[in-house]
Amino acid sequence: MPQTITEKILAAHAGRESVAPGELVTAQIDMALANDITAPIAIELFEKSRTPSVFDPEKIALVPDHFVPNKDIRSATQVQIMREFAKKHGIKHFFELGRMGIEHVLLPEQGLVLPGEVVIGADSHTCTYGALGAFATGLGSTDIAAAMITGEVWLKVPESMKLTYQGQRQAWVTGKDLILYTIGDIGVDGAQYKAMEFVGEAIEALSMSDRMTMANMAIEAGAKSGIMAPDQVTLDYVTARTNRPFQSHHSDPDAIYGQERVYDVSGIEPQVAFPHLPENTRPVSEVGTVPIDQAVIGSCTNGRIEDLRLAAQVLKGRAIAKHVRLIVIPATPGVYRQALAEGLLDIFLAAQGIVSPPTCGPCLGGFMGILGPGERAVATTNRNFVGRMGHATSEVYLVNPAVAAASAVLGRIGSPEAL
Amino acid sequence: MIFEGTVWKFGDNVDTDVIIPAPYLVTTNPGELGKHCMEGLDPTFSQKVRAGDIIVAGKNFGCGSSREHAPMAIKGSGISCVVAESFARIFFRNAFNMGLAIFEAPDVSEGVQAGDRLSVNQDTGEILDHTTGGGFLANPIPPFMKELLEAGGLMSYVLKQRQG
Repeated sequence: MPQTITEKILAAHAGRESVAPGELVTAQIDMALANDITAPIAIELFEKSRTPSVFDPEKIALVPDHFVPNKDIRSATQVQIMREFAKKHGIKHFFELGRMGIEHVLLPEQGLVLPGEVVIGADSHTCTYGALGAFATGLGSTDIAAAMITGEVWLKVPESMKLTYQGQRQAWVTGKDLILYTIGDIGVDGAQYKAMEFVGEAIEALSMSDRMTMANMAIEAGAKSGIMAPDQVTLDYVTARTNRPFQSHHSDPDAIYGQERVYDVSGIEPQVAFPHLPENTRPVSEVGTVPIDQAVIGSCTNGRIEDLRLAAQVLKGRAIAKHVRLIVIPATPGVYRQALAEGLLDIFLAAQGIVSPPTCGPCLGGFMGILGPGERAVATTNRNFVGRMGHATSEVYLVNPAVAAASAVLGRIGSPEAL
Repeated sequence: MIFEGTVWKFGDNVDTDVIIPAPYLVTTNPGELGKHCMEGLDPTFSQKVRAGDIIVAGKNFGCGSSREHAPMAIKGSGISCVVAESFARIFFRNAFNMGLAIFEAPDVSEGVQAGDRLSVNQDTGEILDHTTGGGFLANPIPPFMKELLEAGGLMSYVLKQRQG
């Protein structure tokens, strides 16, 4: 029976020869993840169950990244709950401040996610790891509590949706633009319950960083997961980080897809998603005059070193507009140090931006750059819902790092070519 | 089990950030979360809603974050159940896991208005609009989700399974 990569991974973790879309399976997990918002609920439920120990202290990752460095007493208390639980149960991958980074950048960077693995996380952007050829999906805290007991998760095998990207990208077009364009095309529920499988020469030409940006936003189309077949780029990335064994899977040529779409990327410009849904996309050339108050470069979507290099390329030797605030957030301590070593942080500071420690912070309206009434931001983040970054009347426009940097200089949304 | 209450109506793509904005995610107390429920769309919602009331919405209800605080906030506000044309998958799963009753009914958003008196029969899926006399049928609850509900949520289900 021909299988997609997603079906093969789930079958392998359910002890089956093959699985079919719509079937319920119980899959062994390789990693369960939770953060400072979702872990406290999972921990409370776990402790209430009076289970003496977790299924495997090496297969749980606890990352306090959302409101950390602790923004107030209550967020500090939530991290305390995680810290104490990690200590009590010997959780190997609890990341204290200083080692902590944005979870979906940190885990791949640390070699904690590998091709062919099954990862569940109490964070919707867990789907990021599909870029490594893993099956990864976001769930709630209760699912993580149950998985910490059993080491398993129940899943309905998703139907796969094949998205083929052909041709060569134009200048300043990144993985962010390809995924925004796709969401603009299929809508915020266009891949509801499905596995988005990204294939084609334009995907193979992407760096791991750009691939992670794309898989990261599969959830913004309602998908259960996003996935890309491992290739040499993937293998180079993971073998530089770990020597844990793994198994790569690939879709059979005659695998069955519920839906297929083909895009020619050569016609795609940098994209801007207007408020208040990621599907409200326009090419940057058709934005018109949209003045901005703030630009945010960072997040699990675009906080990697490649993203900062792109922003620095635009900002080098320039200063941002007088009325604009620029906040740059390296996603992990590793990214931060690399950016420092390469002189990127100096470029941001010289442009009169600021550099924040790793945190999800402003992306979800947590802290470190909240918008006031009526304020407008361009952001390399993933959601532009009502009130997402602050006041209910504020606005977020989603863009790639080069467009965010150019917009900070221009004082309005625009492409680097407008500089 | 039959839910009966007054309808609060919302549109398509009601996301978890408007259901419970992130600044309130520093507590896991349902009552406290309930005080800020739907604040992104209607800042006075929690003051107006009465115990037993019902939310009716369009497609993709609960899209966005995996925060279980969203169904918790809805439950904490006094809402008895949510009827929508479709649900985002993580919200759907979370609602069953933590015991918020939700129903998928394809035509409900067009046929039901804010303020209508609605009843929802959990066993048969029959939805009756007592104000207009209109009737709707919810999609059947998937068998495994029913098992979860009967066990009292995912945690009880898992613990019962382990006890054999």
